Formats: sequence, C-alpha cells, structure tokens
Amino acid sequence: MADHTPRIRVPKKAAKGDVVEIKTLISHQMESGQRKDKQGQVIPREIINKFTCAMNGETVFSADLEPAISANPYLSFYVKVEGPADLKFTWVDDNGSVYEADAKIAVA
Amino acid sequence: MRRFAIALAAAGVISVAGAGVAFTETMDWGKYQAGDKRSGYTYAQPETRAMQDDEFENPGFLLMESATAMWSKPEGAAGKSCADCHGDVSSMKGVATRYPVFFKPSGKMMNIEQRINQCRTEQMKAEPWKWESDQLLGMTVLVKYQSEGLPMNVAIDGPAAPFYEKGKAFYYERRGQLDLACSNCHEDHSGQNLRANILSQGMPNGFPTYRLKWQKVGSLHRRFKGCNDQVRAEPYKPGSDEYVDLELFVSHRANGLPVETPSVRN
Amino acid sequence: MSESAFRAITRRRFVVTVAAGSAAAAALTLLPDAPAQAQEASKKLEDAIKKAIGDKQPADGAGVIALDVPQIAENGNTVPLGIAVESPMAADNYVKTVHLFADGNPSPGVIAFHFTPKSGKAEAATRMRLAKTQNVVALAEMSDGKVLMTKAEVKVTIGGCGG
Repeated sequence: MADHTPRIRVPKKAAKGDVVEIKTLISHQMESGQRKDKQGQVIPREIINKFTCAMNGETVFSADLEPAISANPYLSFYVKVEGPADLKFTWVDDNGSVYEADAKIAVA
Repeated sequence: MRRFAIALAAAGVISVAGAGVAFTETMDWGKYQAGDKRSGYTYAQPETRAMQDDEFENPGFLLMESATAMWSKPEGAAGKSCADCHGDVSSMKGVATRYPVFFKPSGKMMNIEQRINQCRTEQMKAEPWKWESDQLLGMTVLVKYQSEGLPMNVAIDGPAAPFYEKGKAFYYERRGQLDLACSNCHEDHSGQNLRANILSQGMPNGFPTYRLKWQKVGSLHRRFKGCNDQVRAEPYKPGSDEYVDLELFVSHRANGLPVETPSVRN
Repeated sequence: MSESAFRAITRRRFVVTVAAGSAAAAALTLLPDAPAQAQEASKKLEDAIKKAIGDKQPADGAGVIALDVPQIAENGNTVPLGIAVESPMAADNYVKTVHLFADGNPSPGVIAFHFTPKSGKAEAATRMRLAKTQNVVALAEMSDGKVLMTKAEVKVTIGGCGG
C-alpha cells in the first residue's frame, strides 16, 4: 500500500517527571526478502529499517528493525517528560523514503 | 456423521480437544456472546484479543484512517464525494448491522462492498474499486466501524427469503475432496481443535478482519475462498452470487452478536 | 546408507516409543533439533551476537531482563515481543541497547532497541515473525559496558485453517 500514514498515541498532557508510554503503528508490508513470487523469483527485501523518536531535537529512543519484524510495524516505548515536549517520529524505508509524524506533550 | 469422521481421519486433521475446550466453555464472554452464539473473538488467544482491543495496536485502524480521508474526497465524473450525499460518516451508524440487503434494481442481494461500488458507479460516475483492494476494504471497514458494538440484525423475510435458502443450502452442502460442509467444522465441531487451531463458529461480525496469517486486512469473501480451498473445493469468486448469499446466511446466523470491525483474527 | 538417513530412522523409532509412553509433547520439541540444523542455527546466532557486542561475554540476565513473549504463538507471522530491563536510567547508569535475536529464523536478527536516560524506562514492545518453534534471545548492553543475556522459547503452532 502506498499510504504509509502512521498512527501514534501520545498523551496530550503530562506532569514534569512523568514517564509516559508512546505507541506507534505504520502501514508497511515489511517484505522480508525471503519470499518468492508465483514465478519462483525472490521478492526483493523492502522493510522499514530504522525508527527514531526525538524530543525537542534530541533522540531519546530509536530502533533498528530487521526483516523479522511483522508487517505494519508496531512499536511501543517510553519517554521521560521534563518540560513541554515536541516529539518527532521518523521511519526510514529501505527504498530511501522517510515517513514522519509529530506530536506535542503539554506540561500541566 | 460417519462420513464426516472418515473424511477427517483421512485428512488426519481434527483431534477432539480436551482441556482447552473445557476452559473456554466456562468463560463468561460478555458482549462477545449472545446465547449460544460466540464471536470469533472468544476463540482467539489473549494476545490476539489484546491486539484487537487497542486501536493503536490494531493495524485494521491504519486502513480505516486512509478511508476516512477518502470519504470526503470527490471522485468520478459527477464530482461528488461520499460526504456530499451522506454527510458525516457517522450517518452510516447501524447500516452494517442490516447487510446484505435485497437490491431491487438488480433483483439480488447486495453486501456493503457492492453497495459502496454501486454508489461509486451510479452516483459518483467513478470506477468501481477492485475486490480486496485497500480502497474497497478500507471503506468497508470505515462504514462497518460506524456500527461497532451494535447487534447484527439481518432480515431474511420478504424478497431476501429465497436467497437465504440458497445461502443455507451452500452452508450445509458437502464439497471438495475432503467432502466437508461449512457446518461440519463450524456447527458440529466448533470449540474443537483442527490441528493447532480451535475451530470457531465461523461468525462474520468482525469482517473485514486483520488476519495474522495474511498480515493485512481481508474480506469475508476472501475467508470463504480460503475455507473452500482448505477442503480442496473449487472456490467461487469474491463478490459472486454464491458468496453473497452465503454471507446473508452467516450474517443472519450472527444476529445478536456485535459488529466488531475491524477485528483481529488468527 | 548415509548418516543422516540413519539418524532419521532412529528418531522415528524414538518418537514411536515415546508416544507409546504418552509423552508425545516431549518428542515434538526434540524432533526439530536435528544436530546439523541446531549447529547451523547456533553458529548464525553466535555470529549475530558477536556482530552486536563484539568479544564481550554476556552475564546471566535472568531477574534483570524481563522478556515478554507468549509460550505458544497463535501465528508465527505476528508474535508479540516485549522487553523490560531493570535500571535507574540515570545519566551515569542506564541501558543503552537491547538486541533481540531469534535462533531459528533464516536470519537471527529481530530488532535492536536503543534507549537513553530520557527514555525514562528501558521498556519497549513490537511484533515479530518466527519461522518455527525456537528461542528468542535478549542481550542488554549497559552504559558501563556490561552485557546481560536471557532467552525464552516460543512454540509456533502449525495451524489447520490455512485458508
């Protein structure tokens, strides 16, 4: 599917010092490079190989994905909120495409 | 019954399950159960149920998100979008509980996928979407999701009656090299193991579903085709009269169970 | 007769004997462990671990690393995988990376989670593909260079409803 719009759950508000959970989903077939098509030809690998979450410009969590990650990759992790946070999420595709999303956490 | 036992023994697939069944039979499944009817949800592993329950873990919602954008996008020669006629998508609440319905102009039953394509070709003057395309699956999920939690309520009287009878005949007819009818697995042996899987009652209330095996969302007719392939029968085409009538039968069979689209199933 | 053919026959006899003793489950877990296959899998895993952490010797991480995987996966295409490592996640003492491997896949790498003190917790989850019943191995690299390891077996069932 050409549409790689991600879905992200980030709390809108948090207290200073809170450690909050973030969940992300993105549509991607995660073609492993292990499968063959009907003609017996190997379908070339094409996966999302890197995910990064930056908070106020600084990487706080990242992951290197291998072909063993299921289609439509799901990732959950935590960040520590120390003040109003601008979050930026980035997924890097084997084909060079980069998919991005943003979110904000306000501090009460 | 005797023939059934022989066919299964030949295939070497069904074992009469022990402890697992006893466990699930005594559970209270709340809204996922209506009398003796149980949603496929109740036959899934806890991890699979958890994946369905959280809309940020359930990949079915990814497809729905793109369909939401399409709802208000004009397409076709008429320059109309779904929203131009129907307003907000929430106007579709309850619609999915009644489908398939009898469609006078064609003199046949029509399911949601066909209704969407009928709108596209007749009202929007646009190309119909291909069966099993992300667009058609996504829009079907979006429309059905508006009825999420509402009980299935499919009518089989009036003009629907003869089509219901056809669907029923399909359901109970043995087919394929394994000589199995839908009912042999999903009525006679639901709750028992077919190799490592537990046979469900074959309820359609969660379709289109995100299937772990497919690693994507798929239609009820794709599942029908898979079942037919499994018993080594010649499958019908998705969207065929045979499968729409079968959909009518199994949807009515699910009356009372909640719409669960997009569900997650093994 | 080649040695492997001989082994195959011995194994079959073994299965029959054990099944008669109604311990078929034990036999099932032993069956895929043909020595050659196991050796190849462990060599691939060793190589992958060496690539990730070099020559460091991992210590036993049981009790520090919680590896959350189902005992039996409903479908090998989509197996939940969670990891939590006990750590203060302070600037001078935190978990840097958790490497995850699956020793029975065509290639053992699954994912590497990279944490920072601002992660707050060394905890993450995803979903993975497992080709068959196998071990999932977790290696946690700490900020002081120490490496801890733990593993868990996931049984991957062969479904009947392949449609």
